[in-house]
Amino acid sequence: MSTRAFTSLSRAILLGFLRDRSAVFFAVIFPLMFLVLLGSIFSDQRQPRVELLEIGSVALFDALPAQARSEFETAFDVRRVDDREEALAAVRSGDADVAVEMQGERLVAHYTQTDPVRAAITQGTLRAFVDGANLALSGTPPRFSLETRSVEDDSLQAIQFVTPGLLGWAVAMSASFGAAATLQGWRQSKLLRRIQLAPVSTRTVVAARVGVTVAVALGQMALFLALGVAAFGLELTGAWPAAIPLLVVGTLCFMAVGLLAGAVTRTAEGAVNMANFFVLPMAFLSGSFFPLDVAPRWLQTISQVMPLRHLNDGMLDVMARGEGAGAVLVPIGILTVFATVITLLAARLFRWEAT
Amino acid sequence: MAAIEVRGLVKTYGALRAVDDVSFSVAEGEFFGIIGPNGAGKTTVLELVEGLRAPDSGEIRVLGQKVRPRNAALMPRIGVQLQASSFFERLTAREQIRTFAALYDVSTARADAWLERVGLVEKAGTRVEDLSGGQAQRLSIACALVHDPELVFLDEPTASLDPQARHNLWDLLRGIQHAGRTVVLTTHYMEEAEALCERIALMDQGRILELDSPRALIERLGVESLDDVFLELTGRAYRT
Repeated sequence: MSTRAFTSLSRAILLGFLRDRSAVFFAVIFPLMFLVLLGSIFSDQRQPRVELLEIGSVALFDALPAQARSEFETAFDVRRVDDREEALAAVRSGDADVAVEMQGERLVAHYTQTDPVRAAITQGTLRAFVDGANLALSGTPPRFSLETRSVEDDSLQAIQFVTPGLLGWAVAMSASFGAAATLQGWRQSKLLRRIQLAPVSTRTVVAARVGVTVAVALGQMALFLALGVAAFGLELTGAWPAAIPLLVVGTLCFMAVGLLAGAVTRTAEGAVNMANFFVLPMAFLSGSFFPLDVAPRWLQTISQVMPLRHLNDGMLDVMARGEGAGAVLVPIGILTVFATVITLLAARLFRWEAT
Repeated sequence: MAAIEVRGLVKTYGALRAVDDVSFSVAEGEFFGIIGPNGAGKTTVLELVEGLRAPDSGEIRVLGQKVRPRNAALMPRIGVQLQASSFFERLTAREQIRTFAALYDVSTARADAWLERVGLVEKAGTRVEDLSGGQAQRLSIACALVHDPELVFLDEPTASLDPQARHNLWDLLRGIQHAGRTVVLTTHYMEEAEALCERIALMDQGRILELDSPRALIERLGVESLDDVFLELTGRAYRT
């Protein structure tokens, strides 16, 4: 294999990609837009505060000691309403979660059952404050105390899950579109034939195309991770560098998808559309846009036959779930099988001529 | 030794005999034309000779060698222009010819010299998509010649050019042959064949109807131009 021919071809292919605005848009900008979008949506994942209407003056709340008061305000968004009917109407129509009034020594909470979980949280929290007030009045120091700790790392936010999935989708798009468009474009313009008549081996040409695609994929990864860390508090966990070889194998697999699309279509546009036809539904079913944990079982089963599912899963394991490098071995194996089968199929269907 | 020896070449696509028992030879240093209307089989003959397609039967020798299976030893000795748009997308003229130079392991300086020879120095930084038809043709011929081949194949190099650009290109092509190369060119312009070729093979429907010098053909048939030769031979006044 000639080094000079390889370098020169790689350079030509890379320049061709970087100067193709729509290719760069779909490979980099478009998925990054999704990252920004989903990253912003999910960056504040706490439950919104419960909206509480205080009917008249509720002595119990006013009497809360300073620390309890601040906890109270963390849990509730309090608004004072003097008209009882107006407050109840607001709860009924969903404008507020609960309306509270004092009837003598009794605290009465009017709540709505539309969101049972929220209703339960509201009741439980109010009860805790009433119990606390009772305890304070008894003058007995509390014997038991409660401290709460989240098992998740503070960093375990949606961005951790969103980034690997979107990265998988981005790489799937750029690898498959690139391969499909190159194969079709070169075939249309007879450049493929022209190169065949130059003293370079097929191996050199394929190596240059694969090299550029892999380099672009790694560039996408660097951009995604950099933006995630810098802007959305992404924290990489576990053996995240193990995602690199996984991503490389995934890239090869999607190049093969692109080659297949290029082999069965007649125009460059048709090839890219065909690749998109494979990749976009696959992205949805492989958890690129939403976590599959909440998806029905049948959908999870279907997603197992999609290469992107395994790429996303493996990246998630080492980048967000904190698993060791070994977690990528099975996905790498599965993707290798996919890549081999799809490449063989593409090679079988490949034709030199456009017509 | 002949640069090209072709004997009994046949290539069929289904029921269509695209090339039907074609034999000819091209001498070293000769400017040889294959002429005929669209669909006559010119391009197919060229692709068979280049080794891009396998013939159903017949024998082909190029520079004394077999062309199939892919003969890597032959590649540096032949130059090919397939069509004006056989370029790497979105590269400039200079990047384009340098890339081809690298494929043949030819120096960048020689690549740039070719750019000058075909008059594209001012367009060196222009992307191939933005070149005019004539400029693109000149660049694609320069890319075919960058490694200084002994034998050059040009497939309709002046197709879709205006007369000015065509005459320009003729000067360039004459220069190529004067440098001692063998040139094989296909065209459907009789005028072009008359102006450039020492001998022409006149093709229609996959067969060679006549093979001689343009002058001899005109004289033999007692007509005024090669256009008339063609009409005389095919007997069809109108073609689609």
